[in-house]
Amino acid sequence: MIEFINFYLFPALAIGSVYALGAVGISMIFGILRFAHFAHGDLMTVGTYGVFAAAGVIAVSPLLLAPFGMALAIVMALLVDRVFYQPLRKLPTIYTVISSFGVALIFRSLVQMFWGSQNQVFNSGGVRPPLVLFDTFRISVLHVQAVLATACIAVALHFFLSRTRTGRSMRAVSDDPELAEVSGLDTEKVVRWTWIIGASLAAIAGLFVAMDTSAHPNLGWNLLMPMFAAAILGGIGKPMGAMAGGYIIGLAEELSSYHWIGDQALISPSYKTAVAFIIMIALLIVRPQGLFKGRLL
Amino acid sequence: MSALLSVRGLTAGYGGPPIIEEVSFNVAPHEIAVILGPNGAGKSTVLKTIFALTTVLSGAIEFDGADIAGGKTSTLVTLGVSAVPQSRNVFRNLTVEENLDVGTYAAPPADKVATREKVLDLFPDLRAKLRQPAGELSGGQRQMVAIGRAMMCEPKLILLDEPTAGLSPAYLERIFDLLLDIRKTGMTILMVEQNARQALQIADKAHVLVNGRNFASGTGKELLADEDVRRSFLGGGGE
Repeated sequence: MIEFINFYLFPALAIGSVYALGAVGISMIFGILRFAHFAHGDLMTVGTYGVFAAAGVIAVSPLLLAPFGMALAIVMALLVDRVFYQPLRKLPTIYTVISSFGVALIFRSLVQMFWGSQNQVFNSGGVRPPLVLFDTFRISVLHVQAVLATACIAVALHFFLSRTRTGRSMRAVSDDPELAEVSGLDTEKVVRWTWIIGASLAAIAGLFVAMDTSAHPNLGWNLLMPMFAAAILGGIGKPMGAMAGGYIIGLAEELSSYHWIGDQALISPSYKTAVAFIIMIALLIVRPQGLFKGRLL
Repeated sequence: MSALLSVRGLTAGYGGPPIIEEVSFNVAPHEIAVILGPNGAGKSTVLKTIFALTTVLSGAIEFDGADIAGGKTSTLVTLGVSAVPQSRNVFRNLTVEENLDVGTYAAPPADKVATREKVLDLFPDLRAKLRQPAGELSGGQRQMVAIGRAMMCEPKLILLDEPTAGLSPAYLERIFDLLLDIRKTGMTILMVEQNARQALQIADKAHVLVNGRNFASGTGKELLADEDVRRSFLGGGGE
């Protein structure tokens, strides 16, 4: 039982947090710009390397340098939106989807060009002993930080979307873009905010992954599919649903390799990404509108 | 009397051949003006053109002294024109309160709370539903949310595209009564309507379009009495 909690449940919540943060962006971009943003994983990588670059200059915990990664991800997102996505806005969205594949490759190549293709380990954090609770639970401090940060972000995002003018405008555009235009809402401003939020959260998620393991140019790309699964699970276009979807996918992946029956892992850990896909496909067949009923903002 | 809205020789469409041709009419301040006509006469296109949602090929639209032909929708809202589309006219996933709030963003009124109270006084049914998503309301209530949303920026002119489409006769009368109340608050209304006979009863001015062109214009009473208009599209005799 304790082994289950220490080695499966907490890591599952940590990876769930990463999926949640990435899926929120994918879900919001789909809701407002109406296309599947395949460069989101690589945007995450860009943000991660932004922190990496800052960590080479400033010797503090990489977590404190997160704003540098967020800033780089935001700038890159707004730049590709202006150069690649905006000119295609009036065309069928498949054009934008394909161009986002191209952008994904561009991001990855840029990261390789500037920082090389080898694994990069953040070294300013050092090895930290796990948090020991009641002499039994041993939890990585980073995992706790990831879960807490995601919880705070979820609360802040909920407040932003339901109370602020910009947040409500975003939901209005997501709900009905034509009516939003008729109401005189500034759609381009809404689009900018979507990128700002999506890119920031992607950078934070990427940073947690890189600190937990290492940074490499494929970091975000490898996480893209589970993040999409999470966004679809939560009902695409519903940010809070995507958050929940992230945790469900994270838990399902990690817990599927627990030795539920006998001594063997139920499903070999190397297949755990397939678990996310099976859940996603099953859900698309049974409940294409997503797991949650009604509005989740 | 100088017109609030003046449409002169307006020809417009959606990129292909023009849908309306050489349409002209004036709307005076504080009046209810109705655009009538058979299906496909281009009634909605006139509203959409005023609201900058089509392509103007020629002609002029003047609102409050400013030329607005071929402008931008968001600019029009700032100038004091609001529009309520015929269908899909509320944000379904937003609450009633949020729908009204969104109506103030493009052109915030001087006193948001007072404006909201004024709107809710006109639509008291909505008070109990403020926290409910607009998509869960009945058709008539949704129409009230839509009109309320358009009123939240305190426009001088409201454009309504068939506000009674799909509503029960009871609601139709309520909406028409509400329009008279809205006019009392000092707003001007220009609407397209299918229920011609009832619309003419509350209209100060009516303009009949046929095949995208002016066919007749006059006060509600004049058109109700006009033999030509009655025969060609009020459904003949009867009265």
